[in-house]
Amino acid sequence: MPFIPHTEADVAAMLASIGAPSTDALFDEIPAELNCGGLPGIPEGLSEMRVTRLMQGRAARDGFYSNFIGAGAYEHHIPAAVWPIVTRGEFYSAYTPYQAEASQGTLQLLYEYQTMMASLTGLDVSNASLYDGATALAEAVLMAVRANKTGARRVLAPATVHPRYLAVTRTTVRNQAIELVDAPYDAATGVTDLAALDAIADADGQAYAALIIPQPNFFGALEPVDALTDWAHARGMLVIAVVNPLALALLKPPGSWGEVGKNQGADIAVGDGQPLGVPMSSGGPYFGFMTARQSLVRQMPGRIVGRTVDLDGQAGFALTLQAREQHIRRSKATSNICTNQGLLVTAATIHMALLGPQGLKSVALESHATTRALLEKLLAVAGVERVFNGPFFHEAVIRVSSPVDDVLRALRAQSILGGYALGGDYPELADCILVCATETKTEEDLEHYRQQLQRILSRRGGREPGVPPCAYK
Amino acid sequence: MSLAPAPMLIFEHAHPGRRAHAQAPYHAPAADDLPADLLRQSPPLLPETSELDVVRHYTRLSQKNFSIDTQFYPLGSCTMKYNPRACNALAMLPQFLDRHPLADAETGQGFLLSLYELQEMLKEVTGMAAVSMAPMAGAHGEFAGVAMIRAYHDARGDTARREIIVPDAAHGTNPATATMCGYVVREIPTDRQGNVDLEALKAAVGPQTAGLMLTNPSTLGVFEKTIVEIQQIVHAAGGLSYYDGANLNAILGRVRPGDMGFDVIHMNLHKTFSTPHGGGGPGAGPVGVSQRLQAYLPIPYVVMERDYYRWAEEADVPHSIGRMSAFGGNMGVLLRAWVYARMLGGRGMQRVAEFAALNANYLAAELQRAGFELAFPQRRASHEFIVTLKKLKEETGISAMDFAKRLLDYGFHAPTTYFPMLVPECLLIEPTETESKETLDAFVQAMVAVKREAESQPDLVKSAPHKLPSRRLDDVKAARELDLVWKAA
Repeated sequence: MPFIPHTEADVAAMLASIGAPSTDALFDEIPAELNCGGLPGIPEGLSEMRVTRLMQGRAARDGFYSNFIGAGAYEHHIPAAVWPIVTRGEFYSAYTPYQAEASQGTLQLLYEYQTMMASLTGLDVSNASLYDGATALAEAVLMAVRANKTGARRVLAPATVHPRYLAVTRTTVRNQAIELVDAPYDAATGVTDLAALDAIADADGQAYAALIIPQPNFFGALEPVDALTDWAHARGMLVIAVVNPLALALLKPPGSWGEVGKNQGADIAVGDGQPLGVPMSSGGPYFGFMTARQSLVRQMPGRIVGRTVDLDGQAGFALTLQAREQHIRRSKATSNICTNQGLLVTAATIHMALLGPQGLKSVALESHATTRALLEKLLAVAGVERVFNGPFFHEAVIRVSSPVDDVLRALRAQSILGGYALGGDYPELADCILVCATETKTEEDLEHYRQQLQRILSRRGGREPGVPPCAYK
Repeated sequence: MSLAPAPMLIFEHAHPGRRAHAQAPYHAPAADDLPADLLRQSPPLLPETSELDVVRHYTRLSQKNFSIDTQFYPLGSCTMKYNPRACNALAMLPQFLDRHPLADAETGQGFLLSLYELQEMLKEVTGMAAVSMAPMAGAHGEFAGVAMIRAYHDARGDTARREIIVPDAAHGTNPATATMCGYVVREIPTDRQGNVDLEALKAAVGPQTAGLMLTNPSTLGVFEKTIVEIQQIVHAAGGLSYYDGANLNAILGRVRPGDMGFDVIHMNLHKTFSTPHGGGGPGAGPVGVSQRLQAYLPIPYVVMERDYYRWAEEADVPHSIGRMSAFGGNMGVLLRAWVYARMLGGRGMQRVAEFAALNANYLAAELQRAGFELAFPQRRASHEFIVTLKKLKEETGISAMDFAKRLLDYGFHAPTTYFPMLVPECLLIEPTETESKETLDAFVQAMVAVKREAESQPDLVKSAPHKLPSRRLDDVKAARELDLVWKAA
């Protein structure tokens, strides 16, 4: 019996203690007519060896690709030391640290994590994580609406925010009568159009609770964060920063955005922690982070760890401000969230500790330089051009002269994932690809991509429409 | 001579200029294309440490934790059973870890096939018409479920239904979820047998009822005997019925929520399907629905067309309540659950419920024999049960909290305390099926020992724990003098 230790003698002794004739009798309070009599539709159990063979075969079938997709999930080197510690049973199989004295390892780690994230984003406080970057943005929108005393229930959401983050936010806030209002980007620079923001905000005289500012934005372009922050604050809006945490080793942290003064900086910063030691894993599990000004701490959702002392006066750690949370406040909680993504935060904390301030910055710099080198190569190919001018970080948009889907399919046949097709989210960019190269890519990887793209685009010329380019392998 | 205090935090282990050199590119070029006003001016507060410093620090921190791999964890409603190592090893095969979430479906057919199989198995286990595994935790699944209930009523123009009924024994996530979906919560009481009070339910339902959220077996550790009648009352009033599957492990292969007529269920894979709790996550909270809610399922979920597997997205499911995560959810957790399900098979799943019930009823019987008071002695335990220390508290002043802390000294994780709140000084105990009789017997001995101490040396118990890395921690100070991030002296 897999994972059940009972011998026949155990079962007999235990039933005797209970005074039940059989294990079946333990279910005698369930109306008999409800008994489904087993699960015939589930396949028979497999030994560990058999299931291993099966899964290894499936993994081998999926294989490996040379990846140039970013778009919210980034391929970075993860130090070999990270995951063996993360998957130690003491972290892997521990419960939520409600019994603080039996959970000091997890709690101290979370306190260290909070410290790192607050510093990285330049804000005062951090929670112990949310599900992912998209749900973190949704929670930030709810939090901003609660915190903004005007009672405004509209939030300005630039089109340069990750489209899926906006989709998740809509799913989450729809039933609370909160509206996300779209703001366009400048076609030349690919960043939020400040003049258009004025027009939207002035259109009907209704107040907005917050402005979302992505940095870098979904196109990899760097937004004019100082001007946007000051613009929003001047109009009584909170500022929600959506940031790539790795980029913050290099870029100005949200807490320093805007003019120096009492109100300087974003009010809330969120994002996905995946670039910090979490494998791409087909999309998860990742973790969402959230940091904020001290004054907003009681509006935060999710777990928060505080440092305190024990009976002997020794420093120790415990979950705190739990009166915000569902298990205490029930229908009046700041969120229904119960878990955090503890194990992923464990990975990120160890990852950040290993890299340190210099290492993290080096990875950011190297990733950015690799993307610049890729762009230089690709833009030299006939039929490829850059779409936006202006500064970017480690991700950029190119336009190609052949249908995007055909080009990406032909690249896949060469084991290259050539980037993310933008047409689905931005119809005006139907001929565009978002490309990303991190520090993991070598000169040979970039050259391979260039050669294949050149081959595909040149063979495309003169071809009958609808005939796919050569996909030999 | 006294030694200097050992550094505690990773930041206190740091020395300016020290690095784990191998872990970053050796020659990173400057970003001379970026304008200075967009750049960071001072480095973040990350520790400057060697690789060995980091490995030793976090390995030592791990040793300050209780975990399933090191201790018995009879934590009621949390299902702390053994997390098979094979599940982790196979979910971490490099092809799965290195796969980009936006890579085309053709590059991940083996991965998607596994997820599809898990979806199908969850349909079979719950008896529901369709499943989406997009929600990333139990509460996230609850949100999906209630949002679907709302979408259903809204689509029919039935917008006067503003209330969700929740029994008072429910997890806090139930009422919190209803609020997040824009509903008002109406609580109904539990009767003295631990069942939903049917008369109160009948009085509560009406044209304002959007639905009922019900956990079964309830958090009191008993099966709702009138469950079919309960959900019929709700349906007759025009509401939909939500099955909170937090305790699905107790009924695996016995009864199926779909067969009982429920419209929606969420499952906690980190409980029933033994994926790790990870010190607080990640979990996974798939939702299953009846046919009438199928059009509203959250996206994405896996569909098969002529043996080709792909994600169903917005265009496939136009009435979906929408997307719940940037990508597809907690994929690695789903893969672990798939491995677990395939190793158990249908018969193994049935045994989960069988032996969870055997262990719970045995432990309840032995504890009762040893002088402990059960909250519902006349009821069969499901997979968990409640001991109340009300009398002990009156006689000795020892609370459930004190008792729990002293159990830690005996090397057992404490049962869940003060939940459900209906039972005074309660310990909610869930042994799970993976624990042996000897472990349960040792736990009974520890419970008896603490009870004796409570009667003879109450101060010892009140000041527990004594043998852990920390003595009892000051929660009041933690909340009043907030110290959430470290600052260099």
